[in-house]
Formats: sequence, C-alpha cells, structure tokens
Amino acid sequence: MSTLTLDPTVATQARPPRAEPAPIPFRRVLLVELRKMFDTRSGFWLMASIVVASVIATALTVLLGDRETLSFDSFAAAVGSPMSIVLPIIGVLAVTSEWSQRTALTTFTLVPSRPRVIGAKAVNVLAIGALSMLVALAIGALGNLVTAAITGNEAVWDITAGTFSQIVLANELGMMLGFALGLLLRSSPAAVVGYFVVNLVLPGLSSALASSQQWWAENAGWFDLNATRFLLFDSTLTTQEWTQLAITSGLWIVLPLAIGLRLVLRSEVK
Amino acid sequence: MITVESLTRAYGGFTAVDDVSFIARPGRVTGFLGPNGAGKSTTMRVMVGLTEPTSGRATILGRRFAELPNPAREVGVLLDASAQHAGRTGREILRIAALTMGLPSTRVDEMLALVGLTEEEAGRRVRHYSLGMRQRLGIATALLGDPEVLILDEPANGLDPAGIRWMRDLLRGFADDGGTVLLSSHLLHEIEVIADDLVVIGHGRIVAEGTKDALLASGETLVRADDLAALARALDAVGLEATAAGDALLVAAEPADVGRTAYAAGIAVTELRAADGARLEEMFLELTASTQRDGLGNDLADHSDEGQAA
Repeated sequence: MSTLTLDPTVATQARPPRAEPAPIPFRRVLLVELRKMFDTRSGFWLMASIVVASVIATALTVLLGDRETLSFDSFAAAVGSPMSIVLPIIGVLAVTSEWSQRTALTTFTLVPSRPRVIGAKAVNVLAIGALSMLVALAIGALGNLVTAAITGNEAVWDITAGTFSQIVLANELGMMLGFALGLLLRSSPAAVVGYFVVNLVLPGLSSALASSQQWWAENAGWFDLNATRFLLFDSTLTTQEWTQLAITSGLWIVLPLAIGLRLVLRSEVK
Repeated sequence: MITVESLTRAYGGFTAVDDVSFIARPGRVTGFLGPNGAGKSTTMRVMVGLTEPTSGRATILGRRFAELPNPAREVGVLLDASAQHAGRTGREILRIAALTMGLPSTRVDEMLALVGLTEEEAGRRVRHYSLGMRQRLGIATALLGDPEVLILDEPANGLDPAGIRWMRDLLRGFADDGGTVLLSSHLLHEIEVIADDLVVIGHGRIVAEGTKDALLASGETLVRADDLAALARALDAVGLEATAAGDALLVAAEPADVGRTAYAAGIAVTELRAADGARLEEMFLELTASTQRDGLGNDLADHSDEGQAA
C-alpha cells in the first residue's frame, strides 16, 4: 500500500462540535412504519379492501341469504372469510415490501436497529388486525340490523365477546404466520404463496392423511396449526385444544418468526 | 470524519474487501475510486451498517454507525437512488425520512428547493422519475438531516452537465463548511475536479491513497529554450536526464535545478515549469491495471460512457 501521509496543515478547520441528536423514540418508528403501510396506492387499496370486502360480503348475505334465519353469527362468518385472506397478506407485505421495493436500504439506514423496525411492523400489523376485525364486525352488525328491518323480526345477536375474541385471535395468528413467512422468505410472491400453501393445501393433505392413518387422525392437533386454529372460529376449545393451539403456534409461527428475524438481522441489505 | 480500520469482508472464499484502512477527513472531499466490483459499494455498505464486516471496523464521528442515536442527523447517505418504493411520491419519501429524523415538514420543502425539484415533480410517483431526478431526490434525503458527514455512492450518475456542476459546487460548499464528504464515482474527471484526497481500490485492496496533488504530481520539469540541443547537452553535463517532448524537454528534476543549469550554460529559457501531473485517468488505469476486468482502456471507456450517457 503506497500511503502518502497528509500534510496536517492542509486539513481545514472542522465544524465546531454539535449537540448530540436525541435518539429516535420507538413511537416514532411505529408511526413511520404505519404511514408506510398506507402511503402507496397498493398499500392504500389493500387497507381499503378490508372495508370494501366487508361491505360486499355483508350485502351479499343480506341479498342472497335466507333472511328469516340470518343472525349476527351469519354476518360474522360472512365478513370473516375475506378477512382471513386479506389480513395475512397485510402481514406478509408489511415485511416483504421492504425487500421487493428495496426500501430496506433506506429504512435500515435511517433506523439501524433492525429489531426496532421489525418490532414496530409487528405491533402495527397486530393493531391493524384487531381494528379491521372491529370494523368488519361493525359492518356485519349493520347488515344484521338491515336484515331485521327488512324481515320485521327482532335482530338476533348471537355472538358473545368471548367468541369474538377467539375470532380475532384466529386472525391475528394468521397475520403473524404471514409476517413470519415474510421475514423468512423476504419476497412478496414467495411468502404469499407460502401462506396459501400452509393454509389451503396443508389442511387438505392433513385430512387425507387422517383418513388413512388412524394415528394422525387422533394426534394431528399436536402438529397441525390449522386443526386447532380453525376451531377458534366456531367452537369452545377444551384445555387440551388450547394446549395444542399453543404448541402448534410455537411450531408454525414463533419458530419461523425467530428464524426469520435472525436471518433479517444477519442478512446483508442491498 | 470517517475512519476505516483493517476492514475485511469475505463471501465464502471470495474476499470482496481486503484489509482496507483509510480516513476521510472533515473539510475535505475524499474520492473513492476503483473498477467495477473492486469493493467500493461493499465498503460503503459496511460503513452504514447494512453489511457486517468479516473483520475490522468502520467508524463515523468516532462511533459505529449503528451506535449513532439518530444517524441521519449526523451522516447523510446515498447508496442507491433507485432503491425507493416506485409507488411513493418524491415528497412522501422525504416526508417519511423527515418524520423518522424528527424534523418539521418545512425542511422537506427547503430540500426540494435546494435540489431543484419542482412542486409538480415532487408530487409525482418515483416510478415516473428519470435517473437524474432520483439522484436529486437521494441527495435531498442525504442532506435532509443537516449532517456533518456525507457518504455518496456514484451521486453524479444520471445527472446532466448542469446537474453535475451543481452537485460539485454543493459538495465543495459542504466540505468548505467543515463537513466530511466521501464519494465514489466512475466519472474520473469529476473526481479529479472535486476531490482533495483520493483512495484508489482494486480487487478489494487499497492501491493508492493520499492527497490528489501528491498522487498526481509528476516530479518532472518542462523546459523550452530557443537552443534546445544546447540545453540538452548542458543538462546532460550535470547529470540531469532530459527527454525530448515535442519542442520542449522533460527533465527529471525540480524547475529550480533546471533553471540554474540553463543559466550557468548561458542558455535563455523561454518556458520553465513543473510538468503537468499525470491525469487521474492514467493513474487510475496504471494502478488498477492488474485488476481490470477488460483489456486496459476498454474498461475505462465503458465506465465513462456509462456515466456520460446515463
């Protein structure tokens, strides 16, 4: 290495020392990450689709359903199915858009602590999930009232706070599964496909296996997240089922989340 | 100030950055040069914590980048102007950055004005931006936090001649105010005009480092006289080596020695000065000759074409 030493006299006066800037508070990272989920056309319409899908599902239920038998539970089921597709995609894209759009470069330069950014995204995703479910349910409730007005019957409110919390939990788990796959794969198409494989293909395989394998039929709940997660939508879980839910959530959500987080922390951002 | 100490980054068996050490000083513009794949961008990514070094470290203002409490307020970074969400408007990208740094939105307008993006352009989505506009937006993002240090990877890429001139003045002013500027570029002429110090890298290793003046100085003297042959004989007599260069002589000595020799021999000198230094281009090619990807010269021509045409 040919090093030519600099003449110290040529170095001009440095700036006077400045006050150290205050650290970035977590709530600011939270706010910025939330804003980033809404400030693009695709992001905005993904969020808007929560309301749009709930309105369409509710309207279809009122128009096409057997109005005499419709209750709040029918509407909750109707708005619930689009939610179970849209919300996990929000979970996936909250992470993967940073990589597919290469914004991670700017994001992690502005906030070098990657766990803080990922943490803020996770909090936002969970908050959006809970809020979306409230919005969806409110739209469903409106549908229930409209149906009652049409039929002249008393509106039937057959969903307890407990059932609703279970539905919210099921959806939050779905979002976190999407979020974990996003961290693990860091590619929007791969993670979205991955989510639907886990959620639509695996349950089919699992039940096919259960029909031929007695052992699997009895014990699938200990390995298959969906076996117990789907129960959250319409039944009261036994203690064993709650335990199965906790174990399978650990296997399918916490484990990929931990591995994905580790990969994101160590990966090179280009 | 940026301090890079024995920085090494290996990918499996391939060492992209190999024991690189240098300092970019405040008040000066440091040009970071090297052929494609020499390790410039990797070094810059390590500086801002996007890539973990295999060994060694880089500090900015005495700290690792990740330890800076609000890095963008101290270090302005532009690594890739195209790494932005295509669906965001230019203004929104600056707003997000300002929000993260804790700056008022008026600062966004100041920066847009500074980099010459109009109100209408700022409201356009970045997918509709030219490379030059993206580059201006990137420079606006880097300057937003009023930093003390600038790290810019190929900032002149895609700028028109007026834009290049504008950026040169901007960086000069920034350094003259005591700021530290580290910039990489393939546009050797740009670096030659603006840089005070140079760091040349090839195959991941530093091949030259120092002030531009020292690196480019030739140490030769150019002399003209009516009787060139007599002057050559006089120089030869005192043991100074002179070679003909057109209607002048190039002498491997200081102008003062050449002048004295001519005076002693009674020869009237018509021109006497330090010979032009090597052009950066020649130095660059010479230093990186062993690391060039293509035949000597081709690579350089490619680079400058790339820069001019983009």
